[in-house]
Amino acid sequence: MSDSEYIVQAKNLQKSFGATPALQGASLEVKRGEIVAIMGASGSGKSTLLHCVAGIFKPDSGEVWYDGKRLNDMSEEARTKLRRSAFGFVFQFGQLVPELTAEDNIALPLLLNKVSRHKAYATAQPWFKRLGIEGMEKHRTGEMSGGQAQRVALARALAIQPTILFADEPTGSLDSLASEQVMELLVDAAHQQGTTVVLVTHDPRIAAYADREVMVRDGKVTATNHKAKVVR
Amino acid sequence: MSASYALLGILGKQPSYGYDLKKDYDSYYGKEKPLAFGQVYATLSRLLRDRKVTIEQTTEQSGGPERKLYAITSLGRKDLETWLASPEKLHPNTQTVLFIKVVTSILLDKDADAYLDAQKAAHIERMRQLTVVRREGDLAQMLQADYALFHLEADLRWVDTTSARLQKLSKEIRSER
Repeated sequence: MSDSEYIVQAKNLQKSFGATPALQGASLEVKRGEIVAIMGASGSGKSTLLHCVAGIFKPDSGEVWYDGKRLNDMSEEARTKLRRSAFGFVFQFGQLVPELTAEDNIALPLLLNKVSRHKAYATAQPWFKRLGIEGMEKHRTGEMSGGQAQRVALARALAIQPTILFADEPTGSLDSLASEQVMELLVDAAHQQGTTVVLVTHDPRIAAYADREVMVRDGKVTATNHKAKVVR
Repeated sequence: MSASYALLGILGKQPSYGYDLKKDYDSYYGKEKPLAFGQVYATLSRLLRDRKVTIEQTTEQSGGPERKLYAITSLGRKDLETWLASPEKLHPNTQTVLFIKVVTSILLDKDADAYLDAQKAAHIERMRQLTVVRREGDLAQMLQADYALFHLEADLRWVDTTSARLQKLSKEIRSER
């Protein structure tokens, strides 16, 4: 592990999709254990920034450093391995496997990380109580409510004990009460595990759960709230 | 104004001493900003003057001032009920100031977007503090924080909409020069 206080540093990222520029020199630094919200309007480039920082997209130029390692220099295979072992992901629509049960979904990334079947399911189990969805272990996620499914998605992301959790509009498909519950659980779990969180949201109420926010406009980070203190 | 109705409301339930009124007020409304004793007694003397409350009983205290038990009058209850039934006027002041700042930025060829971003950051900072209050407080504190949060959120929706229409607004303002 690097000694740097930053777990993630993205410098001057450029990324286009065809002729459409999505990032035009975006930079971002995230400290260890910090919860950072990336905010911006639709089409501002906030999701592309998250995807580049998380190693899902390769930027056209610029650098992404994760824990002292330069992601640009890593092979696709090495990046995939890093994503599986150290990164957790939560997306707007959960992206769970709807035909599988809730516990299958949570165990899945552990199984992909070559954890034994017994250990994977044993690791998945406590998350049901922790996230208030006890008794739903054998339910297919396709039959669950949005709020329940998003909790399963959260458990799936956190069960591998990631160093960093990337969340793209994690409450975007939920009503305000369910959003609040998911954010409470996300923040509590991240604090307990010491997980760094980078989340994309357009919703200021969701951003208010973060330690600080950065704003993206026209593919650039235009403002960052340096003043915000980590309130624990 | 609202403190006087809040006190009247507490007296509407049962007569109370000034000290207990302050305690009740603070537990319902004033956890973050307790009411000063001076304000409690100043409000009570105004309510007495306006015959909305009365002193129901006075008790001698050895070596101290008399304890007065305050009670709501029928006039006070009528006023309280009228107040309760009347919707509050909207306060458009915040939005007005924000809009003046945007237009002024445009007039002075300054970056209105940068101003809106700074305003947004300040709003979210306040929302962050309120979110902590919500998470750690009881239900009453949570609901009061929610009220403030929804208002801040409404301001921010306006900030976002204005930000999206800034180019058009700049064009209109500049063409009027």
